[in-house]
Amino acid sequence: MDCEQTIRQVYLYLDGELTRYRRWQITRHLDRCPPCQHGFDFETELRQVVATRSHDEVPDGLRQRIAEAIGLVGGPLRPEPLRAVDGDPAPDESER
Amino acid sequence: MADQAKFADLAMPYMDPLYSAALRMTRNAADAEDLVQETYLRAYRGFGGFQEGTNLKAWLYKILTNTFINMYRAKKRRPDEVDFDDAEDFFLFRRLGGLEAAEAGKTPEVQVLEAMPESVVKDAIEALPEQFRVAVLLADVEGFSYKEIAEITEVPIGTVMSRLHRGRKQLQARLWDFAVERGLVPRPPQPEPDRSG
Repeated sequence: MDCEQTIRQVYLYLDGELTRYRRWQITRHLDRCPPCQHGFDFETELRQVVATRSHDEVPDGLRQRIAEAIGLVGGPLRPEPLRAVDGDPAPDESER
Repeated sequence: MADQAKFADLAMPYMDPLYSAALRMTRNAADAEDLVQETYLRAYRGFGGFQEGTNLKAWLYKILTNTFINMYRAKKRRPDEVDFDDAEDFFLFRRLGGLEAAEAGKTPEVQVLEAMPESVVKDAIEALPEQFRVAVLLADVEGFSYKEIAEITEVPIGTVMSRLHRGRKQLQARLWDFAVERGLVPRPPQPEPDRSG
């Protein structure tokens, strides 16, 4: 297998979508070809960066709304989540 | 209510990743919240028909993706959403390979990657055209196989592969653009303007 064929299969290789024989062919080429190995290492690292640096956390308000919507909070029979009206404190938050 | 508790146990842990995917898909927080809420409501309603032993994560992403397409496809595309020409193989690596001076142990290319902030990665994903963006998210962020992505997006595996191939190349080109824009790598010299003529 030459460099061009190897590079063309970099994604299939990283995605684990190749047969064992094909993987072996590529590994064998990489063992003998530092420039290709270097490129594969870079693609592996890039994949890692993309996978780990695009995460966000659910805002608490949304988590709460979903829990209420599927009836986990406040009992399944409650028709609508209680909401504070402008100027009024929410019923369960008044501590006076 | 056994189903309710079971749904909560099984499905709630996926809320952060689903919300992250929704943000990348819709590109704004308000739409992402609506999308995730709608996804959970649909999933909850459909949970009775959910077959135990099937892949819950893939099922939730299928609902998310379908809901996204139905809710937002009608909306106009953003004007900056254009389909770029494909970059060459190893685009980013080749660009970064031009950098000088490797520190011992690590190559300069990998150092640039490690220094890449979350905002650049997120912006680069969000700059991809919708179909490529969804495929790249499902594969590279969520780790679904080609077969699973084909089932989630309801297209043949060959289509998944070509969307991924093109999407990943465009992702590299966008990462490069944003890295240059934000000064993470030196701006490449502009070609001399052609004065012959």
